[in-house]
Amino acid sequence: MNNNIDWKKYIIVFLITGALFLTASYLSNYFGDKKIDQLKSIQDKIAINILSSETQFSLLQESSCKNISGSVLSGELDELGRKLEWSQQNLGSTEEVSYLKKYYSLLQIKDYLLMKKISLGCKVKSAFILYFYTTAENCSLCERESLVLSSLRDKYPELRVYSFDYSIDLSAVKALLQIYKIEDTKLPALVLDDELLTGFHGVEELESRVQESFKLQGTKPEGD
Amino acid sequence: MVSISNVIFSILVFLSVYVQVFFFVTFLENRKKIIIRNGKSKLVRYRAVTIAVSCWNEEKTVYKTVRSLLSLNYPKDKIKIFLIDDGSTDGTWDIIRKFARYPNIKVFRKENGGKYTALNLALEHMETDFFGGLDADSFADPESLIRIMSYFEKDPSIMAVAPSVVVYNPKTLVQNAQKAEYHMGIYIKKMLGFLGAINVTPGPLTIFRKKVFDELGPYRHGHNTEDMEIAYRMQKNNYKIEHCNDAYVYTNTPSSVKKLYKQRLRWIYGFINNTIDYKSVLFKKKYGNFSLFTLPTGLISILAISYLFGRMVYNLGDFFYSKILQVETVGWHYATQTSNFDLFFINIRSPLFLVILIYSLVIFAIIFGRKMIEGKWIISLNMLYFLIIFRIIAPFWLLNAIYNTILKRKPAWR
Repeated sequence: MNNNIDWKKYIIVFLITGALFLTASYLSNYFGDKKIDQLKSIQDKIAINILSSETQFSLLQESSCKNISGSVLSGELDELGRKLEWSQQNLGSTEEVSYLKKYYSLLQIKDYLLMKKISLGCKVKSAFILYFYTTAENCSLCERESLVLSSLRDKYPELRVYSFDYSIDLSAVKALLQIYKIEDTKLPALVLDDELLTGFHGVEELESRVQESFKLQGTKPEGD
Repeated sequence: MVSISNVIFSILVFLSVYVQVFFFVTFLENRKKIIIRNGKSKLVRYRAVTIAVSCWNEEKTVYKTVRSLLSLNYPKDKIKIFLIDDGSTDGTWDIIRKFARYPNIKVFRKENGGKYTALNLALEHMETDFFGGLDADSFADPESLIRIMSYFEKDPSIMAVAPSVVVYNPKTLVQNAQKAEYHMGIYIKKMLGFLGAINVTPGPLTIFRKKVFDELGPYRHGHNTEDMEIAYRMQKNNYKIEHCNDAYVYTNTPSSVKKLYKQRLRWIYGFINNTIDYKSVLFKKKYGNFSLFTLPTGLISILAISYLFGRMVYNLGDFFYSKILQVETVGWHYATQTSNFDLFFINIRSPLFLVILIYSLVIFAIIFGRKMIEGKWIISLNMLYFLIIFRIIAPFWLLNAIYNTILKRKPAWR
């Protein structure tokens, strides 16, 4: 009759459901790892590009500016940055992601130094913004600043934006923070032409500053 | 990031998977017992049955309902048909009184008092050992009654047998969506039947032994769901309810979202309030799977749907907020640009697999439910309509029913 309860069935179904849960989380980890591998390979590619440009620049010095300018596609770095950001939000802040983020910051600094050298040596039209934000706390101004910077970058391909997480544990980034005297209470912070801007800055303001920065260099690349 | 919201989400997903797997395991256990008969059935002994059709403003369908009863494959002298006009204000009475000339039909007219009062009037006049209602918007298949009665013949401990309710002549999108839903309902009812845990003895042609009413009393208001209340009462007293999957009753379903909403509001309100009335039955071993599976499953689905709805609203709000922020910060043009599609940004997390699994089992239920009545494996677009329409509207009637329960405000009958 009704009140004969098949406890075994309740337990078996529980075990099946548990097994399905484990399988699902295994699959999810598997795909998460795949994504991390993908990130790693993008990063390696970029690292080789930067290293190669650096080496090339040192070898040829200023004699062959034509071949060298813009050798590292800033688009690639941007894309990697977006993917890392997404991974941090969706895969959780795993050790691997934060390791990749450190590596990414380092690559950005290297790219910055190299591009600065190239731009000086070869008189290439360019502007650089170092952008400091935080993920340690909820920073809505940082989110808005990121949007402004993305839109500017889309408009001016010669503008290179390097973004750094304030809370990252990497000595090279800490050195940058020291050089520009950046404090965590005044985030977001921007460095443009060695000038520190703290707080939120809108599109119009930054745009005029970027154009100013282009003018300072006084020269335009050939064919422009 | 382990937040409370994610923990609740995981628990609800776990419970939902559990319920679906439970149904599926029940199916695998009992699949050989599911018999679908074709052609005319025969009984050793034809027991007399009273079928009561209670009508309230059903002039459009009642004629066909009565005709379907007159064409049942069952000896005419063994079916007593009671037609009860529950205070209709349209032409219902004029239609049903013409049937009074049939020797096995009795007609009654009373002041409007709700369906349960009409059924109770029929119970008072009943002289047979078996009783059933048939809603005046439903039509019985000629073989339905005899197949139901075969269950009683086979097993004297069975106290009530519910038929398979099928959507009659679906025309609108909403009705086609319900067609798929009713197919799923047939599958679920059959599985609950195997578990001895059916919680509704539907208005269209569930047949009861007279003993049920003699011992448990007549119909009650049951928050406008008297067919649910009587099932709860039977379960509380360990009365066996079966489902006869090959007895078909065709029912008219709400044609628009608005009408469907009203109907479902009444059903869910009935479920919540009958469950509250019978809360002493919950989680007690002596009330069987009804107490440990059916009722908790209903409660879990209410919780899960409400929670998921809240989460969806939150996510949508979040999305629009960030869009507004984007437009404010960098202007409309840039904010509406879509970035290039990249497979990388598809989030493959574990709930995704489990949600796919739940949907697969739901789709299996719909397809197998249909197979139980049509004998074929058929995949139709109706499933998609059902999943989409119900996914969007169900949370509203659920939350509305919860709201009404809290306010103790009773929804209109229709």
